[in-house]
Amino acid sequence: MSDLINQTAPETGETTRMNMIQAINSAMDVVMARDPDVVVMGEDVGYFGGVFRATAGLQKKYGKTRVFDTPITECGIIGVAVGMGAYGLRPVPEIQFADYIYPALDQLVSEAARLRYRSAGEFTAPITVRSPFGGGIFGGQTHSQSPEGIFTHVSGIKTVIPATPYDAKGLLIAAIEDNDPVLFFEPKRIYNGPFNGHWDRPAENWSKHPGGEVPTGYYKIPLGKAATVRAGEAVTILCYGTMVHVCAAVVADMGVDAEIIDLRTLIPLDIEAIEASVKKTGRCMIVHEATRTAGFGAELSALVQERCFYHLEAPIARVTGFDTPYPHSLEWAYFPGPVRIGQALKNLLKDA
Amino acid sequence: MAVPPEGHSRANLAPLQLHVPEPKFRPGDAVDFASVEVPPAGAQRRPDTAAPADSFHELAYTLVRVLDEEGRAVGPWDPKLSPDRLRRMLRHMVLLRAFDERMFRAQRQGKTSFYMKALGEEAVAVAAAHALDYEDMCFPSYRQQGLLIARDWPLVDMMNQIYSNSADRLGGKQLPIMYSAKEAGFFSISGNLTTQYPQAVGWAMASAAKGDTRIAAVWCGEGSTAEGDFHSACTFAAVYRAPVVMNVVNNQWAISSFSGFAGAEATTFAARAIGYGIAGLRVDGNDALAVYAATQWAAERARTNQGATLIEHFTYRTEGHSTSDDPTQYRSAGEPTAWPLGDPIRRLKDHLIALGEWDEKRHADQDREVAEEVRAAQKAAEANGILGHGLHQPLDSLFDGVFEEMPWHLREQRQQMLDEEQASGRPWARK
Ligand SMILES: Cc1ncc(C[n+]2csc(CCOP(=O)(O)OP(=O)(O)O)c2C)c(N)n1
Ligand SMILES: [Mg+2]
Repeated sequence: MSDLINQTAPETGETTRMNMIQAINSAMDVVMARDPDVVVMGEDVGYFGGVFRATAGLQKKYGKTRVFDTPITECGIIGVAVGMGAYGLRPVPEIQFADYIYPALDQLVSEAARLRYRSAGEFTAPITVRSPFGGGIFGGQTHSQSPEGIFTHVSGIKTVIPATPYDAKGLLIAAIEDNDPVLFFEPKRIYNGPFNGHWDRPAENWSKHPGGEVPTGYYKIPLGKAATVRAGEAVTILCYGTMVHVCAAVVADMGVDAEIIDLRTLIPLDIEAIEASVKKTGRCMIVHEATRTAGFGAELSALVQERCFYHLEAPIARVTGFDTPYPHSLEWAYFPGPVRIGQALKNLLKDA
Repeated sequence: MAVPPEGHSRANLAPLQLHVPEPKFRPGDAVDFASVEVPPAGAQRRPDTAAPADSFHELAYTLVRVLDEEGRAVGPWDPKLSPDRLRRMLRHMVLLRAFDERMFRAQRQGKTSFYMKALGEEAVAVAAAHALDYEDMCFPSYRQQGLLIARDWPLVDMMNQIYSNSADRLGGKQLPIMYSAKEAGFFSISGNLTTQYPQAVGWAMASAAKGDTRIAAVWCGEGSTAEGDFHSACTFAAVYRAPVVMNVVNNQWAISSFSGFAGAEATTFAARAIGYGIAGLRVDGNDALAVYAATQWAAERARTNQGATLIEHFTYRTEGHSTSDDPTQYRSAGEPTAWPLGDPIRRLKDHLIALGEWDEKRHADQDREVAEEVRAAQKAAEANGILGHGLHQPLDSLFDGVFEEMPWHLREQRQQMLDEEQASGRPWARK
C-alpha cells in the first residue's frame, strides 16, 4: 500500500512505531500529563490496564483517583462520567466492547447528548467514551458489532473512528479536549495491524505502515476533518475504520484509480471533502461493516445525492454488513470483504 | 445570598477523599485469607420455608455450611441425601471438570475460538440442578454449563456448539459455550451480562400467572450484580413475589476486578435481598450439600408462593476468566491454593468416603471412565467438524432466524451473498 498518502507523521517532534493500542494509550498518557482533570474509568481499566491493554500503566502513573476500575454497569459508568463532567472533570470512560454500550443508551442519548442544550450551556458533558468495535476476530454476536449508526442518529453527540495509530492518537487527544460528548469507536480488528480483508492470509502489523509512525508527544487531528488516503479520479470511496484498509487493498489489487476518503469523524462530517471528491470523480461508493438498513451509509448516500446529483454518472453504491446479527462461524461470509467490495466497484465503474 | 448551614464553615473542612477499592493481594504477594470469615459447618439455623423474609436476616451475612472439616454432614441444613444421589452429584462434578479441561485444551489447540471453565465452582451449578425439578427453568450465565451436565445433556451436543460444526443446533451463530437447550430447561445464554435476571423473573411471573407449578432459577456472577438488570429483577421479584431462585455466584473475581468493585467491601451480595424485602441466604459455594440444601429450601419457598430467594454462593474462580485471560497479571498466584473453602469435588468425595460409600480406588476408576467418556464425545463431535476448517453450515443459513419470515431486503442480501460466493471461487469450502 505504498500509494497511501496523508497518513504520515507530522513535521515536528519525535516519533516512534506504535500499534493502535499503544497510540491510544499514549494519547491518554499525554493528555493526563497536561490536564489534571482528565480521568480514565471503566471495567478492568485500572490495575490490569484494560482487556485490550489500552490503559496499561496509566493507573500506576496517575494514581487510582484518576484511573480506576468500575463496577460492571455501563449505565452507571456513563452516568457517573456525566456527573464528573458536570463537576468540571474531563472523563474518558471505556466501554469494554461496543456490544455492551446498550445499557448506557439512556445516559448517552437522553443525558450526555442533551445536557448542553437543555441547560442553556450551564452544564456540559465533556466526556469521551472509548469503545472497541467491529468484527473479524471470531467474537460472535456480542464482541463484533458496529453500532455507530445508532449514535450518529442522535443529535448532540460526536462520533469518531480512527483507521491508523497516528490518527487514533491525534483524534483521541482532540476528542478528550472537545467540550462535547464524543464516542470514540476503536476498530479492534486493526489494533495490531492493518487488515486487507483477506482473513486467510498472514496478519500484518503496523511496523511497515506509514500510519504506524506516531509522535510521542502532543498533537491533535481536528474532529470533522476527513483524510484522503489515496487520491484518484475514477471513483470516490467513502469509508472509515477497518474498511479503509480493506478498500485500499481492493483498489490496489484491481488497479482502479479510486479516491479513498477516510472519514475519521462521522459527526461532524467533513462534507466539503466528500463533495469536492464526488464532484471530481462523478461516482461514489460507501463502505461500512455495520448493518445496512438505516446505517450511516444511508445518510452519506442521501447527502451525496442532495449535493452532487448533477455530477453523478452512476447510482451511489453501498457496501455493508448484512442485516443480521453478527454470526460466529460464518463471520467471513458476513464481513464486507474484498469480493463484495470488488464486485460493487466493478459494477459502479462498468460504464466508465 | 443563601445562608450557610449551621455548625461549620467550608473553609475549616478537611478535604474529601475518593475511596477506590483495592484487593488484598496482587501478583507476587503472599496470600493469607485469615480475614475471610468461615463459620463452622452446621452452625446456622434453618428457618421454616414459610417464615417471613425479614425473620432471618442474619443468614445473609454468614455462610450456610453443611460439610465439616472431617467430611461429615452436620446441622439443620444437611439435606440428608441418599448415597446414590451423592455419588451422582460427585460424578457430575467430576465430569464437568474433565469436560472443561478437555475443551479448554481444544481451544488452545486452535479447534475453536473461545472457552470458559468453571474450575472450583462445580458445586454451584451441579448441586443446584440436583435440587431443582427437571422441569424448572434455568436462566444461566456462561459459567453454569454444570446445569446441562447435571441434567445429563449429551456432551457431544455441547461440543458441537463449541466447535460451531455441522451438528451445532445453533447453526454456528453463537459464540462457543453460549448454549441453548430448551428441552433441558436451559435458556439461551446471552453474551451481555445479567440480561437473564429480569427474564427469569418474567418467566416465573408467567408461571405464577398461569397457575403452573414450575419455578425459575437464575444465575449471575458477583460482578454482574452491578448491572441495572440485576436490580430491576430484584424489584420485580419482590413486588410480584415471583417464584424464582436468584443465584449470585461470588467467585471473588470479575475478569481482573475483585468483588470490591461490585460492593463486597461494604456488605455481602446476599444482603442485597434485605433491601428489596426478599429472602437472602449466603452459602458455602464449595459445599455441594449446602448448595443443594439452600436451593431446595429456596425452591420450596418459591413453590409455596413465599416468593423469591437470593442465594449468594461464596466460592472462588480458580483459573482465568476465559481462554482470553491471564490472571497472573492482576492477582496473586497463591490465591487459588490458599482459598479457605477447599475444592468442592474433594469435599464431596471425602464425605462419601467418610460415609463408607466411596473409596479412593472407585474415585480413580471414575476419573478414568469420565476422561474416556469425554474423549469419546470429543472424537464424535470433531467428526462433525471444528471451527475454521471447512464450511459447516450452508452459507445462506446466515439469514435464517433473523425474523420468522424473511423480508425482501434480507432475501436480496442473501442472493447477493450467494453471488459473491460464486464470484469468489468458493473460498469458504477450504480445508
Ligand atoms: C453488559 C456487559 N458488560 C461487560 C461485559 C464483559 N464481561 C464479560 S464477563 C465480565 C465479568 C463478569 O464477572 P462476574 O459477573 O463476576 O462473573 P464471573 O465471570 O466471575 O463468573 C465482563 C466485564 C459483558 N459481557 N456484558
Ligand atoms: Mg465473578
